[in-house]
Amino acid sequence: MNSSVQPLLALDGVHTHIGPYHILHGVDLAVAKGGITMLLGRNGAGKTTTLRTVMGLWHASAGTIRFDGNDISEFATPDVARLDIAYVPENMGIFSDLTVRENLFLAARKGPLDAARLDWIFGFMPALKTFWLQRAGLLSGGQKQMLSIARAMVEPRRLLLVDEPSKGLAPAIIQNLIVAFGALRDEGVTILLVEQNFNFASKLGDTVAVMDNGRVVHAGTMAALVADPELQARLLGLSLDSHQ
Amino acid sequence: MSMSAAIAPAKVEDLPAAPRDWLPILLVPILILLALPLVGSFPTWATLTIAGLAMGLIIFLVASGLTLVFGLMDVMNFGHGIFVALGAFVGVTTISMLGGWTASSSFALNLAAIGCAGLAAAVVAGTVGIAFERVMVRPVYGLHLKQILVTMGGMIVAEQVILALWGPEARPMMRPASLQGSFIFGDVAIEKFRLLAVCLGLAIFAAMFLLLNRTKLGLLIRAGVQDREMVEALGYRVRFLFIGVFAAGSALAGLGGTMFGLYQELVTTAIGAQMMVLIFIVIIIGGLGSVGGCFVGALLVGLASNYIGFVAPKVNLFSSILLMVLILLWRPQGLFPVAKR
Amino acid sequence: MLNNMLSRDLPRSKLLAAILLIIIVGLLATPFVFPGARSLNVGAKIAVFIVLAASYDLMLGYTGIVSFAHTMFFGIGAYGIGIASTQMGPTWTAVAAGTLAALILSTVLALGISLFSLRVRAIFFAMITLAVAAAFMTMASQFSDWTGGEDGLNFKVPELISPAFSLSDEKFLGANLDGKLIAYYMVVLISGGLFLLMLRIVNSPFGRVLMAIRDNDFRSEAIGYRNVTYRSLSSVLAAVFATLAGVLYALWLRYNGPGTTLSFDIMIDVLLIVVIGGMGTLYGAVVGSTLFNIAQGYLQDLLKLAQGNIDSLPVIGALFHPDRWLFWLGLLFVLSVYFFPFGIVGKLRAGALAKTRRSA
Ligand SMILES: Nc1ncnc2c1ncn2[C@@H]1O[C@H](COP(=O)(O)OP(=O)(O)O)[C@@H](O)[C@H]1O
Ligand SMILES: [Mg+2]
Repeated sequence: MNSSVQPLLALDGVHTHIGPYHILHGVDLAVAKGGITMLLGRNGAGKTTTLRTVMGLWHASAGTIRFDGNDISEFATPDVARLDIAYVPENMGIFSDLTVRENLFLAARKGPLDAARLDWIFGFMPALKTFWLQRAGLLSGGQKQMLSIARAMVEPRRLLLVDEPSKGLAPAIIQNLIVAFGALRDEGVTILLVEQNFNFASKLGDTVAVMDNGRVVHAGTMAALVADPELQARLLGLSLDSHQ
Repeated sequence: MSMSAAIAPAKVEDLPAAPRDWLPILLVPILILLALPLVGSFPTWATLTIAGLAMGLIIFLVASGLTLVFGLMDVMNFGHGIFVALGAFVGVTTISMLGGWTASSSFALNLAAIGCAGLAAAVVAGTVGIAFERVMVRPVYGLHLKQILVTMGGMIVAEQVILALWGPEARPMMRPASLQGSFIFGDVAIEKFRLLAVCLGLAIFAAMFLLLNRTKLGLLIRAGVQDREMVEALGYRVRFLFIGVFAAGSALAGLGGTMFGLYQELVTTAIGAQMMVLIFIVIIIGGLGSVGGCFVGALLVGLASNYIGFVAPKVNLFSSILLMVLILLWRPQGLFPVAKR
Repeated sequence: MLNNMLSRDLPRSKLLAAILLIIIVGLLATPFVFPGARSLNVGAKIAVFIVLAASYDLMLGYTGIVSFAHTMFFGIGAYGIGIASTQMGPTWTAVAAGTLAALILSTVLALGISLFSLRVRAIFFAMITLAVAAAFMTMASQFSDWTGGEDGLNFKVPELISPAFSLSDEKFLGANLDGKLIAYYMVVLISGGLFLLMLRIVNSPFGRVLMAIRDNDFRSEAIGYRNVTYRSLSSVLAAVFATLAGVLYALWLRYNGPGTTLSFDIMIDVLLIVVIGGMGTLYGAVVGSTLFNIAQGYLQDLLKLAQGNIDSLPVIGALFHPDRWLFWLGLLFVLSVYFFPFGIVGKLRAGALAKTRRSA
């Protein structure tokens, strides 16, 4: 990682409280421009809370969040999104009463849906084309995940925050996701991906950060982590297996 | 809503056909048919049915905004009834100022008088609604207990202001000349005003339906009801959406107040609190946050209240509660539960 | 001893303790210090409303649920006495039967409503209770053969507490030693007992669980069933105490009608009393009820005075009309919720706390 280049997203000593509970205890995280950063860690480590704090869905009680050098810690959620940051939440956030078309239509904030771009998306996610006019609530879990990711793709974005996309999906579908995220990376989108599935994570990640107890406890390249089984075992081994 | 024409919907193979939930909607005709033997006489039944539909549609006007406000921001305004009372009094005042129009036998002028009254009521109630949102709702946003208390307190205060402005006496509310009396079809007499109320209610329902299903604004509202956070994460400011819906809901309640005043031909300050009970029953029956459910619920309550009011007047209001309990036993989340995250 | 009677939940403010003492002494001394039917009535009403408001606080302040059906239970108690007395005659058996029947009905209703609606959420409960209370009220005025309809019921009470009964022909300190006096002390003492019982309940382990649930909705949601059980229990308890308050009120007034116990106006009064007095303190009910019942008489006099000076301003003048006194209380209510959520009692305690901190 080239440290002289300013990271696209940088969290510096971020604390988050949810009601009376202190969840994040000073998260330091830098996401470099371009490429895919994996955020790993056991269940309850604070990964989802970190993404939600970046999105302004929770507010940091201390520390700063910078996007492209600007402090966005105090931004409201819509203003964060308008910086071209897209969010795919853990529960996918599908509008199940709306059709697939309407879901994507709302995601295209800047204007009408672009046909060519839709065709590009349908290349990875043919199911969306098939069920174009169906209510999204009727889709299968994997299809919903596709729709949720497609919403983040309908217009070019600068940063994608994705929370456990592989959760509960069949291997074949996970393969589709890998292709889709790869294509986005090639387009120049920066992606911060929360994962529990190390196999999936290691195939996609360029860099990696590991969280535990509301802190980032390790940051480095994915290659280094893959090459060091001992480090893997120490950081992830116990927790990843026992919590799945 | 412009959308890429290049994409034709592909054939749908392995998805079940969208199960449009018809059963709750069928309850309305079922209730109407069941009432016929109960009421006994066909002309009475027809009269009651129109009265029930008129009342139901007026309740719908008032309740629809409240259910959307709840769905969108998890805010239950216990003071919503105040907009009804306000609308009714503004309506009375407007109509009495337009005495020339209401006394005229011209249907057009009469209609214009009601139109003006409704408009004035909607504008005043909508404006007060915006102020109410700012002062009573926003400071306690997200705190349910305080929300209930403060909106209830707001209602107490506002009710006293209405009393101070209009005085404590009940006001008779005359229907314009050509809307008095009934149309007679054979044995069946149908009050002209009720017919007008039905037409207006249906027109507003249709407009609302189109707005919610065919415009980006409407889609955003529906999406926001299901998952507000996600709508914000897509970059839309739900706050503004909410203020708009709150104002529109208050305006509709004001219009509903004028219509209800004309329906009863009498306006009192208690009209708000009185309607609040029915409104709550209706939106619980419909499923909190669902406009379609609110529509069906309002029709059921309006019809049941008129039928029972005729067959067994003593248990009238109790019948609405019974209806609610039965429906909740069948569907604990109401007729059309809103799919939340 | 006192500490034990108050279940170790002391006023925690000298000023509050003094106010409470004045209220207690005042209530006990009223027949002799302010003789006359009017002051006795105010005294008895204060005592009954202390129980009514405190029982409401059990739910609102200690459990965090809003019910609009509380006066329904108050009314059930009062109608229990009224109906039993008219049907069975003015005997203690009738009083016992009426009380028992009312308690059973209240318990069943409260349990039914809770189990039906508390599962979902607090807002749902508030909405349902509003609807149920309205329906109950129309029912009560419809079944006029039993309830006397809108006119209500006038009835006789057992001789011992009826005005006709006389202990002695002589006056003592200006008070008639008659059944009315006995009735007054019965109402005041039983009210006091009920209040101490409630104080005991909120300071028991049960009360602490209630408060834990109230303060900690997210974590306790996980243990859902326990949550519902405790909340239902609290609403049943509140209903039982409200019913008993209704019983006392009916025995005192020898009359009951929808406007006296059932109406939504009374519900609003109770809400005002609890919130202005101080939610979740129980003592707030005492302070609030006293203040409210006195204000009901005297705020109107005060407004009459003010009105004379600003009559010229159209709307503002109208708001100073004595009939608009609820406007001012409503305003105070809203401001209380915003700025001092624990009402007068909370304010007094905060003041006392600040003082001890400063001197420490
Ligand atoms: N809404 C909430 N209220 C209170 N605590 C929460 C809430 N959401 C999450 N938590 C707690 O915060 C911690 C971190 O959760 P989360 O960020 O979801 O972890 P992860 O995504 O890494 O599994 C957990 O202990 C969880 O119980
Ligand atoms: Mg998570």
